[in-house]
Amino acid sequence: MLTIKNLHATVQGKEILRGIDLQVKPGEVHAIMGPNGSGKSTLANVLAGRDAYEVTEGEVTFQGKDLLELEPEERAQEGIFLAFQYPVEIPGVNNTYFLKAALNSIRKYRGLPELDAMEFLKLVKEKMNVLHIDQSLLNRPVNEGFSGGEKKRNEIFQMAVLDPKLAILDETDSGLDIDALQTVAEGVNALRNSERGIIVVTHYQRLLNYIVPDFVHVLSNGRIVKSGTKELALELEAHGYGWIDSLEPATV
Amino acid sequence: MSTATDTIEEFANKEYKYGFVSDIDADTFAAGLSEDVVRRISAIKQEPEFLLEWRLKAYRHWLTMTEPTWPHVQYPPIDYQSTIYYSAPKPKKVLNSLDEVDPDLLATFEKLGISLAEQKRLSNVAVDAVFDSVSVATTFKAKLYDLGIIFCSFSEAVREHPDLIKQYLGSVVPYSDNYFATLNSAVFSDGSFCYIPKGVRCPMELSTYFRINAANTGQFERTLIIADEGSYVSYLEGCTAPMRDENQLHAAVVELIAMPGATIKYSTVQNWYPGDKNGVGGIYNFVTKRGKCAENAKISWTQVETGSAITWKYPSVILQGDNSIGEFYSVALTNNKQQADTGTKMIHLGKNTRSTIVSKGISAGNGQNTYRGLVKINSGAENARNYSQCDSLLLGDRCGAHTFPYIEVKNTSSQVEHEASTSKIGEDQIFYCKQRGLSAEDAVSMIVNGFCKEVFRELPMEFAVEAQKLLGVSLEGSVG
Repeated sequence: MLTIKNLHATVQGKEILRGIDLQVKPGEVHAIMGPNGSGKSTLANVLAGRDAYEVTEGEVTFQGKDLLELEPEERAQEGIFLAFQYPVEIPGVNNTYFLKAALNSIRKYRGLPELDAMEFLKLVKEKMNVLHIDQSLLNRPVNEGFSGGEKKRNEIFQMAVLDPKLAILDETDSGLDIDALQTVAEGVNALRNSERGIIVVTHYQRLLNYIVPDFVHVLSNGRIVKSGTKELALELEAHGYGWIDSLEPATV
Repeated sequence: MSTATDTIEEFANKEYKYGFVSDIDADTFAAGLSEDVVRRISAIKQEPEFLLEWRLKAYRHWLTMTEPTWPHVQYPPIDYQSTIYYSAPKPKKVLNSLDEVDPDLLATFEKLGISLAEQKRLSNVAVDAVFDSVSVATTFKAKLYDLGIIFCSFSEAVREHPDLIKQYLGSVVPYSDNYFATLNSAVFSDGSFCYIPKGVRCPMELSTYFRINAANTGQFERTLIIADEGSYVSYLEGCTAPMRDENQLHAAVVELIAMPGATIKYSTVQNWYPGDKNGVGGIYNFVTKRGKCAENAKISWTQVETGSAITWKYPSVILQGDNSIGEFYSVALTNNKQQADTGTKMIHLGKNTRSTIVSKGISAGNGQNTYRGLVKINSGAENARNYSQCDSLLLGDRCGAHTFPYIEVKNTSSQVEHEASTSKIGEDQIFYCKQRGLSAEDAVSMIVNGFCKEVFRELPMEFAVEAQKLLGVSLEGSVG
């Protein structure tokens, strides 16, 4: 579904990604781990199409299309979803209204009929039950006054409603306590299926106890230096990131 | 600015779609102002002596006045002698019914989305259509008259109900009030007049639609609304003008009188030509609007100002009667080179009076938006309460928002609250919306609408949607 070949990207003139290769197939969960500054969030943002990041070399193909040619909203409409590390607040804009507009925009792109208010509310109620989301979240302005945990849950809730083909979770576990972490992880697991690809970007192994990945990749200095299965994450936890520096860069 | 916003700026600026000129035969004076011009205006309208005298007093007073320079706006000096003070479309024949209105005029209003034709008009909105300072048609007059409601052009009211005019004209905005109101008092040509009898709740929205067409003319409308005891009326004013390179002056006066227990709701959706993106052309909107409340009466002003090169107005309420209520809800947008100095004055005189002010300013492009408000609590105003909220939204880094709140309290039992905020739409917020599948334009529109929600909620339903769309159109190409 997603193929990344030799991706190089800079931000503010500094090269952060130095040749990333990665393949994600439908149904797979890939974890990207690495120390601060390794380029994890950069990778997530480059895939989402954030302007501040400039791609200097390489290709990214998503469902047969050249992803780098598409605008951020087009990428979303194609089915890419980014759960932000720091979800921004949008005062005055009702959460439900926002989601409905987003969903309909995506449906329109795909040639599907737009949902009216009643149909949308029905969809939302279904998803709310699966994710144990509180009713009150629906009527508040997007992320305004939300606690850290609520913001992250709102991201997963949006993911559930928008039903993306590829979901990228950018440090979804940062700032969460154990309980919140479990709730968020449950939410993500509820959305795992054989068609959806998920990339989990994280610092710590702990999240991966709850969202068990199929593949783990370790990022260091802008390259994937080692790939493995979920055991790799446990090894990392035991030895620390310093251990990685002594290894050869991996080929995928 | 990031490349996301560059992309947005590339979108063609949507043309002001009301910028067309109608080719209509008109009676037009030569440019210039003199006592003779004032007499001619009065004569053309066949006005009674008292009104001519009033005009002349105003004109002579105007000659002694100096144009005020304190607003936070800049404009080149206005040459009052190169403006035309009267231009009226020549009627093809005497009008007895709407069917006999000049079809070209009907077509103009059709194009603006104001249908005067019998079959197509909104059945719950009566419209007084004013073309270049002359009222050309008023719908539903007869139906309203059956209820005792008078809704007609100001000129007609002068002819048919001179006593009402004599009693109330200038009672809220005296002819000497300020430079532009005085000028208006001398040369006003038309506007709307409305009288609601005791205890009557007006069954439909009343609206006036102002359309400037002729070049080089000044627009001086006069509107007077009188709500007798216990009555209710909701009134809406809409305005557009053609695109021209020269600036045109619009100096209107609106007086509202709410008698004991009456309620007047006055809404404005102002979309005068704002000038092009370099600030060439555009209407100068220098308007005096004021209402007076008797006891237990209420006046609400709601305005959405998106047009005009310069907007300078302070719709105000004099809370004379005990327990009276004044409200002001405003969204003012300045884009490109527009300037606005707007706000309100709430004057608390009676006991237990309340006022609410919610002002939302949106600045984009190089727009300069100023809020100027006065909350005045007189010594006799026991137990007065005021709540003011003044929010500014800045789009981009070249625009400005300024606030000048004046609070004068002479009674210690009063309660005055003032809140203010300044914010901008961050690139982060736009990216967040885009990542969810929304275009940048939709994102800005949504965020701005959220910002204005409290004000839009106060507009009559029919116009809330129009106001939202108008805001969207006016903001195109402005994200920063």
